[in-house]
Amino acid sequence: MNVMSGRTTSAMLYLDGVHVSFDGFHAINNLSLTIEPGEMRAIIGPNGAGKTTMMDIITGKTRPDRGHVLFDGSVDLTRLDETQIAELGIGRKFQKPTVFESQTVEDNLLLALATDHGVRATLFWRPVKEQSERIDRVLETIKLTDARDRLAGSLSHGQKQWLEIGMLLAQNPKLLLVDEPVAGMTDVETHQTAELLKEINREKTVVVVEHDMAFVRALGVRVTCLHEGTVLAEGSIDQVSANERVIEVYLGR
Amino acid sequence: MGFLLTRSLDKSATAFLLVVAAVGIALPLLNLLLPESSAFQVPTYLISLFGKYLCYAILALSIDLIWGYCGILSLGHGAFFALGGYAMGMYLMRQIGGRGVYGNPLLPDFMVFLNYKALPWYWHGFDMFWFAALMVVLVPGILAFSFGWLAFRSRVTGVYLSIITQAMTYALLLAFFRNDFGFGGNNGLTDFKDILGFNVQSPATRAVLFALSCAALMVAFLLCRAVVSSKLGKVLIAVRDAESRTRFLGYRVESYKLFVFTLSACMAGVAGALYVPQVGIINPSEFAPGNSIEAVIWVAVGGRGTLIGAVIGAIVVNYAKTVFTSGVLAPYWLFMLGALFILVTLLLPRGIVGTVQSWWEPRRPNAITEAEASAESEDGVAAPKPAE
Amino acid sequence: MSVHRISCLLALLFATVLSFATTLPSRAGTFEDAVALFANDSFSDTEDAVNALAGSGNPLAYPVISALQDDRLVADPATKKVYVKQADGTVLDAGTGAVVTTDVSGLDAVRLNNRLRRTVAAAVSSLTLLSPDLAKRTAAAQSVFKTHDAGDLPAIENALQKETNPTAKQAFAAARAAILLFQPDASEASKLEAIAAIKARGDQEALALLSELPPDTPPNVLHAAQGAIGAIQSRLAVWSAAQNAWYGVSLGSVLLLAAIGLAITFGVMGVINMAHGEMVMLGAYVTFVVQELIRTRYPALFDYSLLIAVPLAFAVAGLIGILIERSIIRFLYGRPLETLLATWGISLVLQQAVRTMFGPTNREVGNPSWMSGAFEIGQLTITYNRLWIVCFTLAVFVILLAMLRYTSLGLEMRAVTQNRRMAAAMGIATSRVDALTFGLGSGIAGIAGVALSQIDNVSPNLGQSYIIDSFMVVVFGGVGNLWGTLVGALTLGIANKFLEPVAGAVLGKIAILVLIILFIQKRPRGLFALRGRSVEA
Repeated sequence: MNVMSGRTTSAMLYLDGVHVSFDGFHAINNLSLTIEPGEMRAIIGPNGAGKTTMMDIITGKTRPDRGHVLFDGSVDLTRLDETQIAELGIGRKFQKPTVFESQTVEDNLLLALATDHGVRATLFWRPVKEQSERIDRVLETIKLTDARDRLAGSLSHGQKQWLEIGMLLAQNPKLLLVDEPVAGMTDVETHQTAELLKEINREKTVVVVEHDMAFVRALGVRVTCLHEGTVLAEGSIDQVSANERVIEVYLGR
Repeated sequence: MGFLLTRSLDKSATAFLLVVAAVGIALPLLNLLLPESSAFQVPTYLISLFGKYLCYAILALSIDLIWGYCGILSLGHGAFFALGGYAMGMYLMRQIGGRGVYGNPLLPDFMVFLNYKALPWYWHGFDMFWFAALMVVLVPGILAFSFGWLAFRSRVTGVYLSIITQAMTYALLLAFFRNDFGFGGNNGLTDFKDILGFNVQSPATRAVLFALSCAALMVAFLLCRAVVSSKLGKVLIAVRDAESRTRFLGYRVESYKLFVFTLSACMAGVAGALYVPQVGIINPSEFAPGNSIEAVIWVAVGGRGTLIGAVIGAIVVNYAKTVFTSGVLAPYWLFMLGALFILVTLLLPRGIVGTVQSWWEPRRPNAITEAEASAESEDGVAAPKPAE
Repeated sequence: MSVHRISCLLALLFATVLSFATTLPSRAGTFEDAVALFANDSFSDTEDAVNALAGSGNPLAYPVISALQDDRLVADPATKKVYVKQADGTVLDAGTGAVVTTDVSGLDAVRLNNRLRRTVAAAVSSLTLLSPDLAKRTAAAQSVFKTHDAGDLPAIENALQKETNPTAKQAFAAARAAILLFQPDASEASKLEAIAAIKARGDQEALALLSELPPDTPPNVLHAAQGAIGAIQSRLAVWSAAQNAWYGVSLGSVLLLAAIGLAITFGVMGVINMAHGEMVMLGAYVTFVVQELIRTRYPALFDYSLLIAVPLAFAVAGLIGILIERSIIRFLYGRPLETLLATWGISLVLQQAVRTMFGPTNREVGNPSWMSGAFEIGQLTITYNRLWIVCFTLAVFVILLAMLRYTSLGLEMRAVTQNRRMAAAMGIATSRVDALTFGLGSGIAGIAGVALSQIDNVSPNLGQSYIIDSFMVVVFGGVGNLWGTLVGALTLGIANKFLEPVAGAVLGKIAILVLIILFIQKRPRGLFALRGRSVEA
C-alpha cells in the first residue's frame, strides 16, 4: 500500500464522532479517539462506559450508527467485517479468556498464525519449519513451552490469558486490542503481564482496557477514561486520576 | 495428496477400515458360496438389512462431520439422503422401460396412471447411469450449497439453523407428496427391475451392493478423516467451540461451514443412492423431519466428534430398531427411542465411543467436553446466554 | 266437451249451493268450491281452480297448489273431496285445511298437462312471492332473478308494491330489473335503470346475469353493463380479500396460540421445546376426557365443557411441563442443541403414551352449541368456532401481556430474558423462573389444545402438525417480545391464506417456508429482536 496516498491521518487508529445505540440506549456517544502508531494506550472507565462496545466497533462486530473509524490512516473499518479486519492486522483479546479449549496449546497458536486462512489452504496444509519455529518463539514468550501438548481447557485462568495474548502474537497484527488481560491474575502474574505487554509494544501498537489501576500504572502509558460512551479525560495516569470527574464516576474518593 | 491419506490413517482408523473391508468381503462370500443348508450361510435378507445399516452409517458420518466437528446441528439431513435416493430411484425407474404394468416404453407407470403425456424435463438423462450418479452428488450438493450460502452468510447458527433445516426437509416432504411434482407422489418410486443390467432382486446383485456399500463407507470414512485430521479440521473445531474467536483470527467462518455442509450433503446423497436399490423403494416419508432427527441420535449414541462412533451408533440403534419393531415389543419401540434421546443427552453426552475413549485417554483432543458443549451456543443467533 | 263443461258448471253450482247452505263465510266457501273443481278431472277446471286459488289470498292456496305441482293433490271423484298428502304422511282436507283420517291410498293424483304445469309453476312462484315467511319471499325473488322469465313480471310487480320489508323489497326490485333487462321490448331507459338496480345487488349472481346479456342489446346498455360488471367485480374482490383476511386472522390466531408458549420458553430460557406440540395435544385430550365424563355423567353441562377444560388443560400441561423441566431440561442448560434432542425424545414418549392410552385413531370432541353454526356479514361467512377462537386467543394474549407487565414473575421473566447473568446477580432465582416459565409455556400450549380440539382432529399426531409452523412463527417474529409473536403469527396466517388461492395449499405453504428462510437473511433474529451486547454475550 502506498503509505502516503489517500492518507487522511497519521494515526494508527482514528475514531471520530462515533455513535451506537441499542434500542434507544446510547452505548457510545460521540466518541473520538486517536492512537498513534507504536503507541500503547490504556483505557479505563466504569462498567457500561462502552469499552467493550468500542472494541466491538473497531473489530467489526458492531456497526456504528454514525461516525468515522479509520485504521492505518486510510482504511474505513465500518465497511468491513471481522474477518477482513483481522486480516488487515487488528488482533483482539476478549474480556473473558477465549481459547479453543478442546485443542492443544500448540494447535491454538497454529490456528492463530498469520497464514493463508482459506479453505483450500487449510485442507492441504502441511507442517512448515518456519511456522513451527515461530510457534516455539511465541511459546517461549508466553512461558507455555512445557504446556505445548496440553489441552487449552486444562490451563489455569492466568495461563489462558497468556495463551490468548500468545495467539495475538502469532497473528502478528499491527494493532492489538487487549480487553482486561489481568482479570483474575495474581500480583506476580499481573506484573509479568505488564512486562509482556511492554515488550510487545516495542514493535506493535497496543490498546489495553483494564480496571486494575496498579497494572495501568505499571504500564506507564497515556490513559483515556471513558464514561457513558464518551471520553471523560485523557492524559498521564497521574493527570487522569487527579481529574475530579474521573474520581467522581470511577475511582471514588 | 498422499500426505492426506497417511495423515488420516491413525491406528484406530486403520483398524476400523480393515474391519469394514473384512465384513465387505466375507459376508457376500458367505452368502453366495455356501449352500443354504450351511450354518454359516448368511441369508440374503440379512445382506440387504446390513446393507441398509451401512447406508445409515454413511448418513451418520455425514451428520457427525458437521455436528461433531463444526457444531452445525442439521435436522434436515434426511432431505439430502432422500434426494440422493430419488436420483437413484429415477435411474432405476427409467431402467424398467417397457416392462411396467402399462408397458409404456418411456413413461414410468405412475406417469401413465396420472395421465402424463410426456416425460417431465427433469427426468431426461436419468436413463444413463453416469448422469444419475452425478445427480446423486450434485442435487444434494447444490441444495446444501445454496441453503448454506444463505444461512451461514447471515450467521444463522445454533437452534435457529436447526429449525430452518427442519423446515427445509418439511417443505420438501410436502412437495414430494404432490402428484404433479413428478416423483410419484405418495407412493414414490418402486418396482425396480434392473441396475446396470443386473436384476436388483437377485442375491448376487444384493451381495455386490452390500460390498459396494462397505466400500462407500470406507471412502466416506477416509474422506472425513482427511478433513478432520487436516488443519481445516482444527479450524472446524475452533468454529464449533468459539465461532467469533475464529472470526477474529481472520478465518472466513461461513466458507468453512459452507464447505463442510456441502461435502456432508453430498455424502448423505451417496448414502441415499445406495440405500434405494437395497430396500427397493423411495417415497416422500424419507423426508419426514422425524427421520432426520433420528439420524442425529445415532450419532449422539455412538459419540459425536468421533467418526467411528457415528458408524457404531447408526448400526447399534438400527439393529435395536429392527429387533424391537419386529417382535412383541413393537408398541414400545417409540418409548425406547424417546428414552434413548433423553438418556443419551443427559447421561452419555460423549456417546459410547467418546465415553470409552475418555476412560483410557482422559485428555484426548477433539473429544466433547462439558466446557465446549456450553461454548457451542456462543454467539449463536439463538442468543439468550444460558446459565453459567 | 260441452257435456263436460255443463257438468262442471253444475258441480260449481252445487258446491256453491252447498257452501251457502252450510253458512260458512263466503270467501271460504268460494275457496272450497274452487278446490272442489280439482275433483272434476278436467284440465280446464283445474286451470280455473288454480287461478281462483292463486287470487284467493287464502293461506291454504300455497300448500294446495304446491301439492298439485308435486302430484300430492288427490281427488275423490265420488265425493268430490280433494286432499293434500303431506310429506309426513298426514292428509289434509284441501278445502278446509283440517287434518283428516280418510284413507287416500286408492285415490289418483290430480292430473296436469304441460300447459297447466306452467300455470301451476307461475301460481306457485307468485304465491311464494306473497308468502308471509320473509325467507321464502326473498328466496322466490332470488329464483325469479335467476330465471328472469318475463311471465313473472306481473307477480313481481304486484309483490313489490305490497312489500314492506326493505330486504325483500330490494330482492324484488332486483328480480324486476333482471326481467326488464332481458325483455327485448323494454325501453333503453328502463334497462339502464335495471342495470343500476342489479349493480346495487353486487354479488356473484348479479355478475353472472350481467355477463349473459344477449349481443343484440343496445350498445348503451351493453356499455352500462360492462361498467356494472367492473364495479361488481372490484366489489367482490374486496369481499373475497376480506374473506381471505378473515381466514388468515383465524389461522394466525391458531398459530399464535400454538406458538406463544414456545416463544416465551425460547425467549426466557433459550430452549427450543420440541415437545411443545405434544403439550397442545395433551390439552386436546384433556378436552376429550372432560367431554366424555360430561356425556356419561352430567349431559346438561355439555355447553360448559370447554370452560371446564381450559383450566384443567392448563394445569395438566403446565404440571407436566414443570416436571419435564425439573427432571430433564435443567440438566441441559447451556446445551441448547442437546435440549432440542432430549425434548424430541420427550415428544416421542408423550405421543406413544397417548397412543397407548387412547388409541391411535381420532377421538370425537364436540362443539358446544354456542360454537356451532355461522353467520354472514355481506358476502363474508364467519363460523362461530373460528370467531370464538380468535377472541379466546386475544384474551390469552392480553392476559399474558398483563402478566408479564404487572406480576413479579413477569418482571423476573423479562429480566432473565434480557440478561440472565445480571438477573441472577440481582438475586432473582433463575432456576425457579425457568421452571415456572416452562410450566407457563406448556400450560398455554395446553389451552391451545382445547381450542384446537374444536377445529382439528384430536389424535396423537395433533401436535406434530403445528410444531413446525409454530417454530416458523417464533423464528419470524423474534424472541423476547410477545408482540413479535403476534405480528409473526398473523402475518404468516394471512400470507398463507392469500397464497393459497394463487398457489394451492401445499405450494403456498412451501412458498411461506422458503420466504421465511430468505427473510432471516435480512433479520436473522426475527422481526422484533433484542439488540445489544447482552444478547450477543
